[in-house]
Amino acid sequence: MSEYFHSVTLDKDACRGCITCVKRCPTEAIRVRNGKAQIIRERCIDCGECIRVCPHHAKHAMTDPLSGTESFAYKVVLPPPSLFGQYKRQEDLELIRSALRGLGFDAVYEVAAAAELVSDATRRLIEKGGLKKPVISSACPAVLRLIRICFPNLLENVLPLSAPMELAARLARQEAMWETGLPAEKIGIVFLAPCPAKVTAVRNPMGTVKSEVDLAVSVGEIYPALLAAMNKCAESYPETDSAQSGRTGLSWGNSGGEAGATFTVRYLAADGIENVINVLEEIEGDRLSDQDFVELSACPAGCVGGVLNIENPYVAATRIKQLRSYRPVSCNNIAGEEIPELLCWDAAVEPVAAMRLDPVPGQSLGMMRRIEEIWSRLYGLDCGSCGAPSCRALAEDIVLGYSTEDACIYLLKDKVDAVRSSMLSLRIDSREKSAEKG
Amino acid sequence: MGCCIRRGWTGVVCNMSENGLHYRFIVPGDDFARAGTASGAVKKTLKQLGIAPETVRKFSISLYEGEINMVIHAGGGEIDVYIDDEQVSAVLVDHGPGIPDVGLAMQEGWSTASEQVRGLGFGAGMGLPNMKKYSDELEIDSVVGTGTTVTITVRLA
Repeated sequence: MSEYFHSVTLDKDACRGCITCVKRCPTEAIRVRNGKAQIIRERCIDCGECIRVCPHHAKHAMTDPLSGTESFAYKVVLPPPSLFGQYKRQEDLELIRSALRGLGFDAVYEVAAAAELVSDATRRLIEKGGLKKPVISSACPAVLRLIRICFPNLLENVLPLSAPMELAARLARQEAMWETGLPAEKIGIVFLAPCPAKVTAVRNPMGTVKSEVDLAVSVGEIYPALLAAMNKCAESYPETDSAQSGRTGLSWGNSGGEAGATFTVRYLAADGIENVINVLEEIEGDRLSDQDFVELSACPAGCVGGVLNIENPYVAATRIKQLRSYRPVSCNNIAGEEIPELLCWDAAVEPVAAMRLDPVPGQSLGMMRRIEEIWSRLYGLDCGSCGAPSCRALAEDIVLGYSTEDACIYLLKDKVDAVRSSMLSLRIDSREKSAEKG
Repeated sequence: MGCCIRRGWTGVVCNMSENGLHYRFIVPGDDFARAGTASGAVKKTLKQLGIAPETVRKFSISLYEGEINMVIHAGGGEIDVYIDDEQVSAVLVDHGPGIPDVGLAMQEGWSTASEQVRGLGFGAGMGLPNMKKYSDELEIDSVVGTGTTVTITVRLA
């Protein structure tokens, strides 16, 4: 898989070339060129903001179709905690579990169960010390990509543990192999994705070489079928296995859930990508080192705010709160003293130099001088008509060779005005001359 | 190419110096909400220039502390930032009360900040010590009643 694989794609026919997504992209990774929005692949963090804000629904996430599960002999589905907030009619976790089985899955493995193991490991690591404070959660893949690109300094603060989705996939496959005796490749692990960042984390993982998730199906795609299955289950009460996770795991779907489960009072939880960036600035400025843990979610309200979900994030968050109150504090703990390797990163997460102007430092100084010079001549209206998010970004694009000054409609208007006035003066000149002759 | 949300570049003047870059920031003296604008903008520029992350971090922390000091103690001032192939440096000039005893001011925890300023979470007496910690060279030239000039230098590795 390409290093710069992204699950966010554009429906070219639907794109009107407005600059809504360009303006809202937190890493300034989108430009409108030839009337269509284009993503600068190196800079995209798959946060899904463009999908969220596009008024023409031209942005989509490339998820796997549900029909892709057919090629597997045994199918395990991984519902994330945020899924439990999507439905109004849901008295308990068991209903959604039996409904998922009703859709043809052989087993259900709750991501929230794996999250409880990650919480346990996090508490142990914080207690043991040795990690750079504040420890930053590694659970949101969009935030992790943002740190790689914009805050490489802070990679050493990042919790080196697998995200619950990945851990759930590893455990689900082991369990399925043990139960069925089937080889690993016959077992299909299907994650129900609330956001494009998780889809990218499956195809192009961080902290591991290959994801154990085989398919990432969007919550939006399975939503209607699951609703129908839930209604059917609610009538017939089929027998089902019991739920796997407690309050701790379910809380991971909401902002503050993961941080709260660290059992420290010195924590901070921020959600929404702009807030996340501001908190990362504070950490980089060494102004939060008195905190133990920082939880950051790219989406507003946490994973319930993922763009592939159906329900309003705040409604979903409230439902999860109600649902979890009937559950024990936690249902999963690490046995023994050591944190099993299964929970740990097995590949380093390296910085990505997508924001620097030029790999040669001596060259970049000259480029910056040209950017400052061009920028000083632009109008500073940040209108976006050139297709770049700001005048500053246009100046950078010009120096990098991706755009020209004529892309600025105001500079172009100045040029046209100059030509017009010189034409007019020519006309006046010739009139005067003919008057002299007469 | 913002990873940072731009917090306003008001008061920035950039001169095209011979071999590098020169930025000037006017720091308003009464605006706590905007304190950190200059160091934030410089950090973004340094990142774009591809300067080593640790160097960027050091310089921007040091500059941030200096900028905050200007706002807390001196009613604002001007910051000139110079970037070339060898080093990044900042000259912070204020026309505030000056520092009577620089040695004392350099001690961790020593602060003359008002209760009001402390209530905002500033004035813990770590400003100057942090500037020293996060720079390769720190020069302080202060005259009581006239003002203070602080020069911060971080060399590029």
